[in-house]
Amino acid sequence: MRSTADAVVIGGGIHGCSVAYHLAARGMRNVVLLEKDYLAAGGTGRSAAGIRHQFGTEVNVRLARASLRMMESLTEELEYGRGIDLLQKGYLILAYTETQLKQFRHNTDLQRSLDPESLTVILSSDEIRELNPYLDLEGVLGASFNPRDGHVNPWHVTQAYAEAGMRAGVEINRFTEAVGITLDGDRVTGVRTTRGDIAAPVVVNCAGPHGHLVAAMAGVEVPIVPQRHQILVTEPFEEICPLMVLSFTHGTYFKQTPHGSLLMGYGDPEHEVIGLNQDGTWDFVEEVARRVTFHLPIAAEARVVRQWAGLYDMTPDSQPILGGAACVEGFYLDIGWSGHGLMLGPIAGKVLAEIVVGESPPIDVSAMRLERFAEGDLCPEPACV
Amino acid sequence: MPDRTIVCRCEDLTLQGIRDIISSGLTTMEEVKRLTRCGMGPCQGRTCGGIVANEIARATGVAIEDVAPPTYRPPIKPVKLGLFLRTGTPGDRTGASGLSATAAGAPACDPTGGDHHA
Repeated sequence: MRSTADAVVIGGGIHGCSVAYHLAARGMRNVVLLEKDYLAAGGTGRSAAGIRHQFGTEVNVRLARASLRMMESLTEELEYGRGIDLLQKGYLILAYTETQLKQFRHNTDLQRSLDPESLTVILSSDEIRELNPYLDLEGVLGASFNPRDGHVNPWHVTQAYAEAGMRAGVEINRFTEAVGITLDGDRVTGVRTTRGDIAAPVVVNCAGPHGHLVAAMAGVEVPIVPQRHQILVTEPFEEICPLMVLSFTHGTYFKQTPHGSLLMGYGDPEHEVIGLNQDGTWDFVEEVARRVTFHLPIAAEARVVRQWAGLYDMTPDSQPILGGAACVEGFYLDIGWSGHGLMLGPIAGKVLAEIVVGESPPIDVSAMRLERFAEGDLCPEPACV
Repeated sequence: MPDRTIVCRCEDLTLQGIRDIISSGLTTMEEVKRLTRCGMGPCQGRTCGGIVANEIARATGVAIEDVAPPTYRPPIKPVKLGLFLRTGTPGDRTGASGLSATAAGAPACDPTGGDHHA
C-alpha cells in the first residue's frame, strides 16, 4: 500500500469509487481508496438500485438528470465490458390523496422548467391500468411517471468506476479500514489504517452510514444516523412489472429487474432499528408480503429466494452532505444520501472532484453544505424519495 | 480453450467465467457472487458454492477451508410470497384485504433505498 497520496478516499461504495475515478480523471495522479470490506458491501450493494429523474428540489432534479445521463453512457465512458444492466422502464409514483397529487404536479412542473426534455407526466387511473394491467388500483387517484427512470446493477456500476479508476492510477485497497485521521492544527495530513499510515493533504469521507464515525476522526461533527431498511428478492418471474412502483402512503416499493426477479421493500422508520445492525427479520417478510400483494396481487405467486437489510445514512433533511468541511482544511464529505445515493453517485463523484481540484461545478450544490445544519438552513426534499 | 463446464445451473455460468472473475482480482466468495450472480439463484449456492471455493483456493493458494463462505440468507429454500400472508398469530392477522388504500404512516422519506435502495 502506498504511504503517501494526493488524496485518500474513505469508502468503496458507488460514491467513493466515483470520487476516486473523477479525481484521477482530473489529473490527480496518486489517489488511494480505502474500503474496510469488499467494494459495494454497504448501502450501495444492498440497495434496490433504482434510478430516477423524479425529484422535488432544484438541486436534486439537476443532479438526477446529469447522473442518469452518465449512467446511460457509463459502459462506453468507462470501457466496462460486463455491462451495468441498465433498464429504463420507468418509475410510477402512486398518489392516494389530493395532497400527494398536487405535490406530484408541482414536482413535474419543476422538472419540466429545469429540463425542457423532461418526460415526467401525471397519469390518470385509466392510463396507469393501460401501462400495467397487473396493478390493483383501489384508492389510486393518479400517479407521476417517467419512462426513462429505471434500474442499474449497483455492483457493476461500482466496479466500472473502480476499474476505470485503477487504470488511471487509483490504488484501491479492499479489506483495509481507516482507523484515524491525522491533523496539523485545522489541516488534514493523512489517514491511519489497519495496514499502515498514509500521508495526504486531502481526505474524502464517502463512508455512508459510517460517515459520522469517520468525520469524528477529523474532529468534525455530522448529523448522520444509520437506519436499517429491509428488502427481499424472488426467483425470476414472467414479466409483470418491469417498472418501479412506489406508494408513499404505504411506504412500499417494488419492481422487476432485467433478470426477472421481483425486488420489494417498504420504509418503516418508526419500527426500524437505528444503528449498524444489518440483520433481516421475519416480521419484515410477512409485512412486505401483505403490503406488496395489496398493490400487485400476482406477486403472491413469486417465490422468495433471499431477504437482506442495508443502512440508509439519514440526515435531518434527508439531503446529503457534499463539499468541503469549512472547519478542517483538506477534509471533504460525500455522505448522508438518505436512501437515494446510488443513482446520484456518478454526478456526486464528479461534482466533488471538481470542488477538490478548485473548479466550480456546473451544478450549484451549496444547499448540500455541512454548515447548513448549524445555520438552520435545511433543504428538505419533498418528493422525498 | 475456455472451459465451458457449467458451474452454476441456476444462472448458466461456466467455469471459465468464474475463473475470469477470480483472475481479475475478485478473490472472495462474496465478490464472485455479486459480480456473476453465482449462488443467487434458486439453489442459493448449494450446487456451485463448493466449486467456487475450490477455484478461489487454487487461484490464491489458500486452503479451501480458509475460503470464507458468503453470507447465507433466509429463506433456506424458495417459498411463495403468498405463503407469508397466511403466517402470523391467529386472530392478529389482517391479510392482504386488511390494508386500506389510506393506511396511515406514510414514510417521512423515500422508501426505496437505492432508490438508493431505489
